[in-house]
Amino acid sequence: MTGIVSYGVYVPSYRIRVEDIANQWGEDPEVIKSGLMVEKKSVPDLDEDTATMSVEAARTAILRANINPEYIGAIYVGSESHPYAVKPTATIVGAAIGASNSFTAADFEFACKAGTAAIQTCIGLVALKKIKYGLAIGADVAQASPGDALEYTAGAGSAAYIIGDENVIAEIDDFTSFTSDTPDFWRRDLQKYPSHGGRFTGEPAYFRHIISATKDLMAKTGLKPTDFDYAVFHQPNGKFPLKAAKSLGFDAEQLKPGLIVTHIGNTYSASSLIGLAAVLDHALPGQRILMTSFGSGAGSDSFAITVTDAIETVRDRDKGPRVEDFLTRIKYVDYAGYAKHLSKIRM
Amino acid sequence: MASTAKFWREQAARYNLEGTRCLTCGSFFFPPRAICPRCRRKGEIVPYRFKGTGEVITYTTVHQAPRNLNRQIPYTLAIIRLDEGTQLLSEVICDPEEIHTGMRVRAVFRKLGEEGERGIIYYGTKFVPILQT
Ligand SMILES: [Zn+2]
Repeated sequence: MTGIVSYGVYVPSYRIRVEDIANQWGEDPEVIKSGLMVEKKSVPDLDEDTATMSVEAARTAILRANINPEYIGAIYVGSESHPYAVKPTATIVGAAIGASNSFTAADFEFACKAGTAAIQTCIGLVALKKIKYGLAIGADVAQASPGDALEYTAGAGSAAYIIGDENVIAEIDDFTSFTSDTPDFWRRDLQKYPSHGGRFTGEPAYFRHIISATKDLMAKTGLKPTDFDYAVFHQPNGKFPLKAAKSLGFDAEQLKPGLIVTHIGNTYSASSLIGLAAVLDHALPGQRILMTSFGSGAGSDSFAITVTDAIETVRDRDKGPRVEDFLTRIKYVDYAGYAKHLSKIRM
Repeated sequence: MASTAKFWREQAARYNLEGTRCLTCGSFFFPPRAICPRCRRKGEIVPYRFKGTGEVITYTTVHQAPRNLNRQIPYTLAIIRLDEGTQLLSEVICDPEEIHTGMRVRAVFRKLGEEGERGIIYYGTKFVPILQT
């Protein structure tokens, strides 16, 4: 069956504490920290962007499963922070992982769910036997206007998944999607920072799409919340996924292993995919994972995943860091350093 | 746009440390050489992708830099001896106090620069310390 053959993640080593952002704008740090359930967020280095982070995650995925990059027939990079408006990130990734030139490629954009859309596309091509492996990446350097509420959570990170139908470490049993025209969050062309509909981002956007896609998946597969060992939802903050899980009938224990937003912030297109990686880092053969992404605009993709016996073959630490390794080797920057790292100051 | 074309030709070397080796005498070359200086016409040159691990031989911290690098100062440049034996000059991403002779490093993919806001972005290889686990 078609599924995940390998995976890799990357999170920059810099962090800024939520209190440093709150103090900059005269807000109460404790109120914000407990409101968002986020303590710190990842900040890219000056020479890191969506392309470099995509390459690092993809190289880890390739190394872990000893994949010959020449067999990768499709590369799709989902992001809302592609370095070029015109010039696909996927081409840079292909060259930097040593792929052949015989692969199809495109950049995907669907706010925070472009990476899961890339996975779905790869599943289709693999299932039809058009390609041996597909490489799907979700990566973002999330931008937020200085002083905007999003600034507390907008992080940076990437996750790469190699999709195939031999030696899969996790089978993708089925997936569903739920999509609507909802103006909860957007960025017009040539604008540096996104805009959003404030409170409008909760109920009609995040919750409606996550819950609908997940319910559709359970109806389609006949699975119940108790059939899953883990649940991963898109993580714009710590509160939203907990609330979504509760209303769907999942408990905090199912959610906890994949909840990483507290330590790295919202990595947008990488968010649910890094959460899934954190689960795969420790999951046992036979265990079931539910993952539902969310992208503003809006849509959700929901996946039922079953871990196979092959999982152990890709978890050699020498071949690639685990998600937890990115949570400990960190360096803090203050607000001034953060602004410099994200080019908020024009020079 | 002369430099765009030059960079593109050197892309494999910059992205993936693709050099060459001489099968006759076993020498490695980076940047790639088409002729082995030792074996000359007897040399058999083949492409070779370096593993990307090595150690710092010597280093310097740069406090003043050309305009397009201004945001990154101070940064550290080092001569790195790759494990295959050949040496190259590269930036090492770490605190200036952290670097030392003999430090083990590995290759990572980073932005090297860009031709202004409208121009091409140059990507390639830099090095980071290998952290002991
Ligand atoms: Zn020779």
